[in-house]
Amino acid sequence: MSAQTAAPRLLSRRAEIARADRVVPSSGHTATLTGFAAFAMAFLAVFALALALAAGRLADRWEATLAQTATIRVSAPPEQMDVQVAAVLAILSTTPGIAEARLLSLEEQRALLAPWLGPDLPLEALPLPRLIEIRETPEGFDAEGLRMRLRAEAPGAVLDDHTRWRRPLVVAAERLRLMGWAALGLIGAAMAAMITLAAQAALAANAGVIAVLRLVGARDAWIARAFVRRFTLRALWGAGLGTLAGVGAVAALPPVAEAGAFLTGLSFSGLHWLAPLGVPPLAALVAFLATRIAAFAVLRRVS
Amino acid sequence: MSIATPAPLRHDCTDTAPTSSGQAPPLIEFRNITHSYGGEALLEDVSISLAPGSFHFLTGPSGAGKTTVLRLCYGELTPTRGTVSVFGQTLGSLSRDTISLMRRRIGVVHQDCRFLDHLSVTENIALPLTVAGRDPDAHADELNELLAWVGLGGQAGDRPPSLSGGERQRAALARAVIMSPEMLLADEPTGNVDWEMSLRLLALLVELNRLGKTILIATHDLALIRAAKPQVSARVLRIAGRKLTLAGADL
Repeated sequence: MSAQTAAPRLLSRRAEIARADRVVPSSGHTATLTGFAAFAMAFLAVFALALALAAGRLADRWEATLAQTATIRVSAPPEQMDVQVAAVLAILSTTPGIAEARLLSLEEQRALLAPWLGPDLPLEALPLPRLIEIRETPEGFDAEGLRMRLRAEAPGAVLDDHTRWRRPLVVAAERLRLMGWAALGLIGAAMAAMITLAAQAALAANAGVIAVLRLVGARDAWIARAFVRRFTLRALWGAGLGTLAGVGAVAALPPVAEAGAFLTGLSFSGLHWLAPLGVPPLAALVAFLATRIAAFAVLRRVS
Repeated sequence: MSIATPAPLRHDCTDTAPTSSGQAPPLIEFRNITHSYGGEALLEDVSISLAPGSFHFLTGPSGAGKTTVLRLCYGELTPTRGTVSVFGQTLGSLSRDTISLMRRRIGVVHQDCRFLDHLSVTENIALPLTVAGRDPDAHADELNELLAWVGLGGQAGDRPPSLSGGERQRAALARAVIMSPEMLLADEPTGNVDWEMSLRLLALLVELNRLGKTILIATHDLALIRAAKPQVSARVLRIAGRKLTLAGADL
């Protein structure tokens, strides 16, 4: 089909759609309800999307960061401490999968304990264990093998590979991500339900029009199309505005430096900012399907 | 679309027997139709057969079932018993969409006209074209001709509620013939108009019959039937006591 013939066909199709739209009178309250429902649901969907994506990022970050690090705690009498630390560092230097092993300085240990014990801690006077921070290679190391070697050569050393507290954190983040997607699904279902009700109300309000259209030879698909098109467009507009408002609200969340902990990540990042663009077309698709199913169900009932 | 297309004029109708071989098949055929409302029979064992090009009046007292017969003809009602065939197809076996398509071949003038009040007179008349996916603008000349034919050229842009009873009936007639149907059913088309307008509407229906359209008019107005005598060879079907009988071979 050439461009010269496609354009008149498109225009003719548009004119046909416009005529079909005129035949079914607009019912004000259902139009408002559909537009508002789509606006509110799209607004909420943007937040659910942000939550799901942020939780996903958080899980990935925790997983990656914690999986690449481990700590060895060396507890020994003061006269044996240096010997044991040296033994541990020697073991680590020959253990495959360890990229770097670094003994934390007393200043760093003081900084770690400061939130609990205050900044003026006399560490020298306390029998504190020494900490060795390990950074793994991407391939990782054999934790059980290392533990066995430590038991044999440095009995006061204990390996902590963070598995105990890393796993619940990652699981929590994963669940949060699932909750975000579930919320999106529920929002879609709620929107479908509202639009179905609005479409049914519009069809009921236009029962007389439908009867006349049938008497002059309109097929069900033609009648349904007039309603489906109208509701789909309303949902698209409402969801477009709701998405804009939602993205604006997410963008207005405090930046990372100003807020703490988890909430700092509840925003879009990088290409994720494009994800809300999918909300209006999805809302239109939901409206299309909901109205189409409702229209054919009502038309079957009033046959 | 053309309402001026000549067609063979035939007057061959019967109230009971199916057409014999060699004759054109009937456009409408009722076989042993019984129809009940709320368990009470309104029509009982009614059989009719309308040949193409025929002109029939359907008469009887109010509530006798004239409108019911018409509604059975275009598939708005399903009979309690018996079969209705239109254009050789049994309505009971057709889907809703097929019945809708079939209605494009039948023009109906409803007693209450059944307009869409939010559309103009022209848009209402063009409605069958619109639902058939045709462009009324492409048929603007024929639409104007049609409006002039029914004498509504000056009311083209008006809304139906602003029309008088006679104007509404004529607009309904224009809508009924816009698709150049093979058959026209009219339910009390002169019920709300004065005698002069009744004669004018009758003249339009007679003209359509001369163009080959099959006409069935439900009316309780015997004066109208008498007035048709000099113009057309029509048969009169009478409903009374749940039965339908041929009231006379001629007027």
